[in-house]
Amino acid sequence: MEEGVEPVAGNRPRQSSTASEDTPLPVPAPRSVRCEARGVKKAFGDNPILRGVDLDIPEGSFAVLVGPSGCGKSTLLRLVAGLETADEGTIHLAGRDVTELPPRDRDVAMVFQSYALYPHLTVRDNLAFGLKLRGTAESEISTRIKEASAMLGLDKLLDRLPKQLSGGQRQRVAMGRAIVRRPTIFLFDEPLSNLDAALRAEVRVEIRRLHDRLDATTLYVTHDQVEAMTLADTLWVLNGGRVEQKGAPLDVYERPASRFVATFLGSPQMNLLEGKLEREDGRFFAAGGGIRAIVDEDRFGDALEEGRAVSIGVRPHDLVLAKGEAPVVAELKVELIEALGFEAYAHGWLKSSGPTLIARLEADDARSVKAGVTVPLTAAPTSVHLFDPESGRSLAAS
Amino acid sequence: MSRARTQRVESIAAHAVLLVAVIYALYPLLWVVSLALSPEGQSEPRAVPWPSSPSLDNFRAVTGWGDAARSWLFVRQLSNSLVVSLATAFTAVVIATPTAYALARWDFVGKNGGMRTLLMTQMFPGVASAVPLYLILDALHLLDTRSGLVLVYAATAVPFAIFQLRGAFLAIPVDLEEAAMVDGATRAQAFLKVALPAARPAIAVTSLFAFMSAWNEFILAATFLGRESAYTLPVVLQRYVGEYNTQWGAFAAGAIVVSVPVMALFYVAQRQLLSGLTAGGVKG
Repeated sequence: MEEGVEPVAGNRPRQSSTASEDTPLPVPAPRSVRCEARGVKKAFGDNPILRGVDLDIPEGSFAVLVGPSGCGKSTLLRLVAGLETADEGTIHLAGRDVTELPPRDRDVAMVFQSYALYPHLTVRDNLAFGLKLRGTAESEISTRIKEASAMLGLDKLLDRLPKQLSGGQRQRVAMGRAIVRRPTIFLFDEPLSNLDAALRAEVRVEIRRLHDRLDATTLYVTHDQVEAMTLADTLWVLNGGRVEQKGAPLDVYERPASRFVATFLGSPQMNLLEGKLEREDGRFFAAGGGIRAIVDEDRFGDALEEGRAVSIGVRPHDLVLAKGEAPVVAELKVELIEALGFEAYAHGWLKSSGPTLIARLEADDARSVKAGVTVPLTAAPTSVHLFDPESGRSLAAS
Repeated sequence: MSRARTQRVESIAAHAVLLVAVIYALYPLLWVVSLALSPEGQSEPRAVPWPSSPSLDNFRAVTGWGDAARSWLFVRQLSNSLVVSLATAFTAVVIATPTAYALARWDFVGKNGGMRTLLMTQMFPGVASAVPLYLILDALHLLDTRSGLVLVYAATAVPFAIFQLRGAFLAIPVDLEEAAMVDGATRAQAFLKVALPAARPAIAVTSLFAFMSAWNEFILAATFLGRESAYTLPVVLQRYVGEYNTQWGAFAAGAIVVSVPVMALFYVAQRQLLSGLTAGGVKG
């Protein structure tokens, strides 16, 4: 733990007399806490947003909620913050049921997508706002502002108004406002969406570095899979108000539990083809739409059944030019090449008018392969994913 | 023609048009100034609005200069206008601000119906309600009083103020108040410490409009006020326009005296006014 950053339990500021006379003071909590949601449901009118979500984030962990628009990730974050009330289920912070508590009594800090800096206050006053409300002593406020501004490089901006700051600076102030509070949990609601690509990459690294330094439990919402993959200790993929899959980012990426997760994570998107399982020389093949690939029997085990209809998934990254002895799984008629410099993606059709497919080319191959030619492709058995065509679940999960 | 030359011609043409527009707008006002500075009986029409022998006689007449009793009466009437207008603006804003905030931030039963009713009240001219208001004030023994007039003016100013401030609150992102609540504020603190300061320009503009509507109002004041010492300035001004004889010079001087406070207020509040006028129209 960083020197000078004491646990909240020992450093809990006195609640101001105006802040909370009608409700009990929050119970002192350790600085980094476990965050749990159990069976949380939430609907807006007739529109169900969360359909029973269980969440468990251990102390000091960086959890990322990822999913498409409308999947309920922001709503879940707002429920943890106390800005929305759950229709059913409970939310626990540090083992304490906070489901019915207002935001100010939960000791959480949130960074909003819009930054939500108070426009009439200087950066210094923005940082001090929450501490003043909680009756923190002036000297303590000043110390914390110094610490946070040194950490985030805000020293020269302290007397400016938000409108005098750039997007990146505003973002840092928003983070500073969360840091000075020394909350039990940090909540981030798509905090990088309004930044340009270069700045986004920079701030992303800063956020992770900050987390590692503060060691505070963090719940981060994004629809950006790069943010999700690079920041998370644990990834929670949400879809249609339910948790579709959770796990370490690479595990989720490499072993998607459903067709949805498989296509949501990864860019370009995973190739999906409809086909069936075939057996030849004692080995299982997934075949259909112009592709025929050996299947990893260790992974799919008992789910493999000759003649069973399957959705076959291969990531473009795993589908490469077949060279030497490598088994050919498909022949691609190249339509166009997307050259990225270090590698390239070939878009094309399988067979003459079959399904479209994307494959990866090494930078050198990208120079020789031209649009209009047909190239052989190969894929390792471990990179072939099989899903049930009806339920969309991975055969490995059934 | 070169590009620079074209731009120069365009600039001259634009300025010429603007100059004509400004003269067109200011000419009647210059006439008022000219009339105010012309001695009584010399207010003959002239192409150039400037008096042949400028004099402050009309201003002396209006303010009762040199006559203690008349001066005192004028001060009293001026203070009536000031007190009534300030109290109207204050009352309207104090009532309208929390109402507008509630209408902007919450959904509740009767919200839309209530807003439609408020809007309907704006469709009737003030004079249409003069008779019932007279009877109400009479029953409350508030005729001929400043408080009676404030009550009536505030009642008519509040609906407009609510609509204007609701627009301002809608333009303030909810995120700001939510951030404050996560930071440790109660709902009330989020309103007082974040939403209210953010709406300050709009509140300034709304106050100014309420002040001006009360300051300029004549018909209701003339209906409800009978005592000379209770008059507001528009009523005083109207006294210079008689059935058989009109004192144009005094009327013009009075009009200028009445306009000065409003002009001063506009001058002081012009920055707030500009940002306030655009506040509701700019998203986010």
